[in-house]
Amino acid sequence: MELFKELLKHKIGVVSLSLILFLIFIAVFAHIIAPYDPFEIRVNEILVPPCLKHPLGTDLLGRDVLSRMIYASRISLEVSIVAIGISTLIGVFLGSIAGYFGGLIDNIICRFIDIMLCFPTIFLILAVIAYLEPSILTIMIVIGLTSWMGVARLVRAEILSLKERDFILAAKVYGASTFRIIFKHLLPNALGPVLVSVSLGMGQAILIESALSFLGIGVQPPVPSWGNMLIEGKDTLEIAWWLSVFPGLAILLTVLAFTLLGETLQEIINPKKIKQN
Amino acid sequence: MIEFLIKRLISLIISLLGITIISFSIIHLAPGGPLSPLTEFNPKITPEYRERLVKMYGLDKPLYIQYWNWLKGIIKLDFGRSFSLDRRPVWDKIKERLPVTLLINFLSLILILLIGVPLGIYSALKAGSLGDRLTTIFIFIGYAMPSFWFALILMMIFGVKLHWLPISGLHSIVGYEEMSFLQKVWDWTKHLICPLCVATFGGIAGISRYVRNSMYEVLHADFILFAKAKGLPENVIIYKHALRNALLPLITILGLSLPSLIGGSVIFETIFGIPGVGQLMWQAVMARDYPVIMGTLFLVSLLTLLGNFLADIGYALADPRIRLGKKH
Repeated sequence: MELFKELLKHKIGVVSLSLILFLIFIAVFAHIIAPYDPFEIRVNEILVPPCLKHPLGTDLLGRDVLSRMIYASRISLEVSIVAIGISTLIGVFLGSIAGYFGGLIDNIICRFIDIMLCFPTIFLILAVIAYLEPSILTIMIVIGLTSWMGVARLVRAEILSLKERDFILAAKVYGASTFRIIFKHLLPNALGPVLVSVSLGMGQAILIESALSFLGIGVQPPVPSWGNMLIEGKDTLEIAWWLSVFPGLAILLTVLAFTLLGETLQEIINPKKIKQN
Repeated sequence: MIEFLIKRLISLIISLLGITIISFSIIHLAPGGPLSPLTEFNPKITPEYRERLVKMYGLDKPLYIQYWNWLKGIIKLDFGRSFSLDRRPVWDKIKERLPVTLLINFLSLILILLIGVPLGIYSALKAGSLGDRLTTIFIFIGYAMPSFWFALILMMIFGVKLHWLPISGLHSIVGYEEMSFLQKVWDWTKHLICPLCVATFGGIAGISRYVRNSMYEVLHADFILFAKAKGLPENVIIYKHALRNALLPLITILGLSLPSLIGGSVIFETIFGIPGVGQLMWQAVMARDYPVIMGTLFLVSLLTLLGNFLADIGYALADPRIRLGKKH
């Protein structure tokens, strides 16, 4: 709550948070807000440029681009929320074990993280997806499984710096179980940095999802996603600029909002430490 | 230094084994793996295809023997044969595409350094100025920019609207043979401008941000204050003392940024139709050409690993604290 109050003092934080809330609102009420059915094909309205009736134009099948983009925001948010949920759970779990127990366990987990980081993410995701049928669920899981390393490192470092503190010692003397110490005493103190990485991670997950959909192995048409809408944009580059401009702009703004929110949170939690990557 | 080298070498070998184990598990543990019942419903995988997979990987043998056989093949750069119609060895397919990808990534890395480092230094020296703010905006847009969309926009502006640049391939197809050497170089350059812009944009943002923060921190460190107090000229302080300390960690950062740089190849090579390893990977995934997929995955991770290793060594050579054998 205090974090939220602090956030309201930062102009950039307020703007990016409002943008994200606006996006969530659109995604939740997509079926009410969208002016047209995003799947409805209208043969007599193919490739209509932006006009009053269709503010962002129509696509090759005469579908309303604005309505499709509104529904796509739902998909993008769903994918990134689940993906980041998975990666945060894995990261927090492995990071806290590594940080708390140290020694061999820590060594093995750190080594595992290093090795995972050697794989260029896109190649790793592509290789895994090749063995699965492309579906929304698949990309959620695959993105989640390949993006937990940052959180794990972060949580590990937090726990390392916290575990020697007096209040943890007190809890130990008091006879608290390991489980209780980690989840009740250590992790809540690491919440801030985890929030930062969730926010930054959401942006990255949306980027990866849209890239995969653009490459034809993510969200499959006719289900709209900002990424797969751009496939059509590429094919009609010469005749219909609106098909490539608007969905891309939506991705850029959304990712920007999540990134800036994460940066602002980082600044609030730790004003001196500047993130270095 | 020798102790350091040996440690790094051992760590390199362990990581290499780790990479092979993870790659191998992907083949065998993925729920939709070649032999899982799930693939029976996949029309792309016919019984004949499955049999070929079983034979090729020896899937009927115990896992550790399969792994051992696979590892033995990899050491000899034998990744098996492609499933596509030409049935060529996977290594041959990768080999002919590797130079293009390496060339583009190498050029990107140089461009990222040439643009990103001065931008970061300028931003740190003029912290708070209009230029610094513009740089910060540029950096965040660079972070958030979907590279494939950036590619589309470049194609639209410079290819379709202005007709300045070609939007596909590495060189012209018509009349390429008759060109003189210089014309060929110019032709390649024109084809590479858009892909290089896409490949470098995010990297420039990342590096200039890093340099800015690092330089800013160093400029406010005690030893710089001391140098100022001693009355050293501003230029000597900035370019001799501050810069060296600020740029040293850059070697490691560059090593760490290799995976995302190489990963970007998939996107810009696919969009711009450049016959490199990234495009090969994408085509292989679309065609479910498993030997090519696994071979490429292994090879790009190996390249990243080697890049990191070289960065580590480079850092050690540049940093006297490590070079002279003290532990850091």
